[in-house]
Amino acid sequence: MSRELNLTLQIWRQEGPHDDGHFETYAATGISEDMSFLEMLDIVNEGLIQDGNVPIEFDHDCREGICGTCSLMINGQAHGQEKATTTCQLHMRKFNDGDTIVVEPFRARAFPVVRDLVVDRSAFDRIIEAGGYISVNTGAASDANLTPVPKEASDTSFDAAACIGCGACVAACPNSAAQLFTSAKLAHLNLIPQGQPQRFERTESMVETMESFFGSCTNHGECHEACPKEISLDFIAFMNRDYVKAKVKNRKLAGQT
Amino acid sequence: MAVLDSKIPEGAIEDKWENHKFSVKLVNPNNKRRFEIIVIGTGLAGASAAASLSELGYRVKVFTFHDSPRRAHSIAAQGGINAAKNYTNDGDSVHRLFYDTVKGGDYRSREANVHRLAEVSVNIIDQAAAQGVPFAREYGGMLDNRSFGGAQVSRTFYARGQTGQQLLLGAYQALAKQVAVGNVELHTRTELLDVVLKDGRACGVVTRDLVSGEVSSHSSHAVVLATGGYGNVYYLSTNAMACNVTAAWRAHRKGAYFANACYTQIHPTCIPASDEFQSKLTLMSESLRNDGRIWVPDAFDEERPPDQIPESDRDYYLERKYPAFGNLVPRDVASRNSKTVVDQGKGVGPIKNGVYLDFGAVIERDGEDVVRSKYGNLFDMYERITGENPYKVPMRIYPATHYTMGGTWVDYNLMTTIPGCYAIGEANFSDHGANRLGASALMQGLADGYFVLPYTIGDDLAGRLGEAPVPTDDPVFVEAEAAVTSQVDRFMSIGGTRSVDWFHRELGKIVWDYIGMERTKEGLEKALAEIPALEEEFWKDLCLPGSAATLNSGLEKAGRVADFFELAKLMARDALDREESCGGHFRAEHQTEEGEAKRDDENFAHVAAWEWNGPGSVQTRHQEELTFENVALTQRSYK
Repeated sequence: MSRELNLTLQIWRQEGPHDDGHFETYAATGISEDMSFLEMLDIVNEGLIQDGNVPIEFDHDCREGICGTCSLMINGQAHGQEKATTTCQLHMRKFNDGDTIVVEPFRARAFPVVRDLVVDRSAFDRIIEAGGYISVNTGAASDANLTPVPKEASDTSFDAAACIGCGACVAACPNSAAQLFTSAKLAHLNLIPQGQPQRFERTESMVETMESFFGSCTNHGECHEACPKEISLDFIAFMNRDYVKAKVKNRKLAGQT
Repeated sequence: MAVLDSKIPEGAIEDKWENHKFSVKLVNPNNKRRFEIIVIGTGLAGASAAASLSELGYRVKVFTFHDSPRRAHSIAAQGGINAAKNYTNDGDSVHRLFYDTVKGGDYRSREANVHRLAEVSVNIIDQAAAQGVPFAREYGGMLDNRSFGGAQVSRTFYARGQTGQQLLLGAYQALAKQVAVGNVELHTRTELLDVVLKDGRACGVVTRDLVSGEVSSHSSHAVVLATGGYGNVYYLSTNAMACNVTAAWRAHRKGAYFANACYTQIHPTCIPASDEFQSKLTLMSESLRNDGRIWVPDAFDEERPPDQIPESDRDYYLERKYPAFGNLVPRDVASRNSKTVVDQGKGVGPIKNGVYLDFGAVIERDGEDVVRSKYGNLFDMYERITGENPYKVPMRIYPATHYTMGGTWVDYNLMTTIPGCYAIGEANFSDHGANRLGASALMQGLADGYFVLPYTIGDDLAGRLGEAPVPTDDPVFVEAEAAVTSQVDRFMSIGGTRSVDWFHRELGKIVWDYIGMERTKEGLEKALAEIPALEEEFWKDLCLPGSAATLNSGLEKAGRVADFFELAKLMARDALDREESCGGHFRAEHQTEEGEAKRDDENFAHVAAWEWNGPGSVQTRHQEELTFENVALTQRSYK
């Protein structure tokens, strides 16, 4: 028989973006250690509904660690304490009977609270719209094997492309900076041949859009620690290098040497 | 009976699509901007369609209930995407992919659609690679392939175990590019609640803003539904939590026929539920069956842990029953056999709801390191979820709902029976017949969105140049908004005692028990009695705290579960009327002596498309006959 846990939860409740929020305390009893963290919250909500209370809103969807919808600061850590794991894949066996667990939304000025634990991460979409793509209209592509991509470049590009856009990097950063997300998205495309034509235009535009929403990077490295996909800090260095190059190249292109 | 005109073009199978592309009417490039198109959903099909239509010059409005288009559940597809590139020089061709897909679908799909799918499959790979999708590559920089179930060639392109994620990011980025250009208007956290018709044509939609609760109307010249499948009717499935049938169902209620609802696919290798409150099931790649051996204890009351059960007390039932294919029998056969042994009471695990998938033999033969290099990430995932180490203890697996082949009926242009309303991707019914082959879902979603709909949609639009969209203050919109608002009010005012999830779970149990892996006349009739009773209870005893003017996920779910109730009844009727077994639809009354699916090609080589007759009335069943001119119908055998 699996272990059962009795827990105390302190959960952030907030009506809407312009309301004051506060912590509420809830008891979660008889929680099976085989449950995921979100299933534990499902049970708490089921209890709230039974009593006619308004359930806690939280973001989630695939519950298999790939869609990037789930979030939550759990005891002050984005996605909780387990390495390389999203909240939906965090299981209750990692907690002890009698624990008090503090649950908050991802906090950043660029991620306003929508309600309770749900935040608005659409600033990430604005960064992608600023250049996080390769402009190839449908039908314009030539045979895929006409453009060989060195395996090493392809693999490193994939390491960056594994980012699920959850925002844990921003939530973990003392400056609410989005360098890890932006650099992953940028490196995915800047590292491969297909991404070269727009490389420097993309870099300048994405970085500057990022800066209009998010704080500045001061090399704490908390983002990498919190990242459920373990995106490397090296991509931030890569982005910084490309940004400097972009500033020079883009001026030349504009005839301003 | 309405005439179901599938509009399949004339000519030899390999000429049909070419001929059709030439014969469809075109909209002049400068006139495209005078047309507005609404796309619902931003998975592979929706995002690729919205991006491609906008590139052509159409003005596109796209809606998703997610917070970002990139979250759609296409993202969770693991394995790969098929394409008839023949890069491996092993004899693949468009015709072979076509043949494999028709056969894999157990001869219940439309030949012409499947051939077109195989033809455009090669363009998808080119497009995705140009977008920067990091497909696996060889050392020379060329694309790598692997083989997949149901095929004897290597034609599957893949991106580690995250092919769906990477393809969706490609389509999402293409969409983001068009949003930036200003030619796509993106609405996130917004749900479709009705399709609006004027004079029998689709003229727009009514949506609800999930954050503010605001109900509003949007008009257009065409509406495209790219809203995925209905696997969540089972409550427990490998679908994401929010996957639903609502858009397709609301279109059905407005006149779109719903086809082959009983064709659902069960995946044999998922992690079994641990308790009543399990919210979803996680798929473990089918590739594990290459090296794992499936067994259950011989004894019904076995209490020993697996490592203490000697070989003589184990039943390797697949190896015993199917010596030739063993553990590698097709998905449906493996699934049904697991169900049989668990139903007999030989299930394993704390609640006896799984079978063992044992890697002991291969670890002993090849060593743990070899197994780790092949399946390391899957083993890690299994351990994260169950807390058990599969290198030491056999995995426990059980089948789960994974994909739905049935869906909204469409013609060759992907238009539903509502003129001006289209359905693409998993939301439609056309390409997979009664069973979908692995690595074909991504192919179909992107084929429809990138390379089929952008051509075929012009055929209808071309004749409507100069028509303004119906204004949103037209009575048809006012009435539709009022109906949506009144349904929301009804949910909020029930004031019962049970949560939406409770009803969804109970519905799921009925659907799984009677319309799951194995169906019988008796069971289906039971389902048709139990579902309406539970549905009545739902409308009387639903408890929905909170407000309709804020984010309220309970309210969102209530609308979806209400539609699942109606869908479940149609699934039961469709399964009851289909007196044969084929692909994912297994009627216990119709099996061969070896217990395999037994088709009845004489009487059932057709599509069943159901027409809505109003709430409380049974839908009318229409038939579209399927003709097989290029693939001979045969019986499957895996002995």
